[in-house]
Amino acid sequence: MDGNVSDVLTGEQKIRNFNINFGPQHPAAHGVLRMVLELDGEIVERADPHIGLLHRGTEKLMESRTYLQNLPYLDRLDYVAPMNQEHAWCLAIERLAGVEVPRRASLIRVLFSEIGRVLNHLLNVTTQAMDVGALTPPLWGFEEREKLMIFYERACGARLHAAYFRPGGVHQDLPPKLIDDIETWANEFPKMIADIHTLLTENRIFKQRNADIGIISEQEILDWGYSGVMVRGSGLAWDLRRSEPYELYDEFDFKIPVGKNGDCYDRYLVRMAEMEESTKIILQAIEKLRAPEGQGDVLARGKLTPPKRGDMKTSMEALIHHFKLYTEGFKLPAGEVYAAVEAPKGEFGVYMVSDGTNKPYRAKLRAPGFLHLQSMDHVAKGHQLADVAALIGTMDIVFGEVDR
Amino acid sequence: MSEALEILAAHLELKRPDDVVSTEITFGELTVTVSPAGIVDFVEFLKTDATCKFSSLVDITAIDNPSRPERFDVVYHFLSMYQNHRIRIKTAVREDEMIASIVDVHPSANWFEREVFDMFGIIFSGHPDLRRLLTDYGFRGYPLRKDFPTTGYTEVRYDDELKRVVYEPVSLTQEYRQFDNLSPWEGAKYILPGDEKQEA
Repeated sequence: MDGNVSDVLTGEQKIRNFNINFGPQHPAAHGVLRMVLELDGEIVERADPHIGLLHRGTEKLMESRTYLQNLPYLDRLDYVAPMNQEHAWCLAIERLAGVEVPRRASLIRVLFSEIGRVLNHLLNVTTQAMDVGALTPPLWGFEEREKLMIFYERACGARLHAAYFRPGGVHQDLPPKLIDDIETWANEFPKMIADIHTLLTENRIFKQRNADIGIISEQEILDWGYSGVMVRGSGLAWDLRRSEPYELYDEFDFKIPVGKNGDCYDRYLVRMAEMEESTKIILQAIEKLRAPEGQGDVLARGKLTPPKRGDMKTSMEALIHHFKLYTEGFKLPAGEVYAAVEAPKGEFGVYMVSDGTNKPYRAKLRAPGFLHLQSMDHVAKGHQLADVAALIGTMDIVFGEVDR
Repeated sequence: MSEALEILAAHLELKRPDDVVSTEITFGELTVTVSPAGIVDFVEFLKTDATCKFSSLVDITAIDNPSRPERFDVVYHFLSMYQNHRIRIKTAVREDEMIASIVDVHPSANWFEREVFDMFGIIFSGHPDLRRLLTDYGFRGYPLRKDFPTTGYTEVRYDDELKRVVYEPVSLTQEYRQFDNLSPWEGAKYILPGDEKQEA
């Protein structure tokens, strides 16, 4: 037989894989993610995320600003739970300077870190429900988030970009009325979680879209450097609040919820349970804030922190200190330090190299979402196109921190 | 905590004398400086050795020191979820030198190495897909090097006549304000107006 046998099919009849661009303007991309997907029918063969569309060069900018001026940049990383990022920055500075944070400031930090966790999980759980087709949960969840952001506002004046945690403590003390209101909210919030449970947990569509999707094994956790809920959803009780207790977390009584199968549905359940645990921590923190040993200053007065307002009216030195702190900033001893916190999305770390001046020589921000997103090709392979939205949701990706 | 790190440091020095250049414990963290040639073997050892068990890669980054002959420090952070300890590995690389990729040992190194390549121009040999990661398509230069200006070299805008986005050299209406607020009384190295009168 002459001629090429494999050439029997004409060009149009040949089946080839189909490439599509997912994003950058796709609502389920949770920001500006451009993902090139190679599809075989509806099955994803290859996923190539193109990130950097929100790259602002934060690390470069940080090198030319003082430590205090850099603090607000941290809010703009994971803008869903801003204070948790500031926390890592403050911890790194405090570790380099060897500053002890006063007890009251530490308790306030725990309180707001947990509020941040609830903020994040509320957004994540409900928008994931939206990605797979439900509209009511985000409306309910955002109402609750609104209340929490008002707490942010009442503590520091800003709803999102708080700049509230400062090296050496927190910016200002909380008014007693705010503590009461947070307590009232925390007592009512479990009912809200129960409501979301009734909406989603046994919902047939939600289960179909999430159960057995994106199963993560222990080996994959290690290979891809997962942290946070991505680890706990697969049954490993790894939580930095427990394993490397920072702040006062070792004083608090809370459980670390873990999943069983490591799929999207388990991670949803873990997030729901974590919100309940966070509410317990919030209530405990309020109790400790009201106790006599929880009273006192909220800043470790010294070189790192501004003087009291009252002192500035009478003391020349305090006035000079205030001026120098907000212009020159403070100097840190030369050295390098890596400080990590259990941010709602996973391990958020700050690697800071100081050369002894008032600016960081190099600051590297280690975002959990960066590692989660890079495994997208590995996780999405073999899943349906529609599952990609569920996977992005479950990995809890926010582009502020991925692109930096 | 630091006792356990000292034991770990001694263990590494004993087991890998060829790789380890120095060990140091500062601020409660262990930093091990290694030679760049054996980095892959060393990371593999850290992962498999029973005392170390550094199973997950936390971070890879670099530091630029333009005044040094080995211009870059590549910095790796590892975490052991089983032993609950951390380690920092540093290795010095010259500008014209390549460093071996550790993607085969830790798949999660993939994007980190791409990012370091993108930001510093350090080439990782054996990396499967060393493209730029964070910067724009067609970007030139390595932004996190100390000799790269914070403003960059090009800016983009939408041109209404051409109906597309155009790239132009950066033009600033006022000079980029780089404040140096270091106290002149505490050893700042610049000359203030009036300092010349000191001589006379």
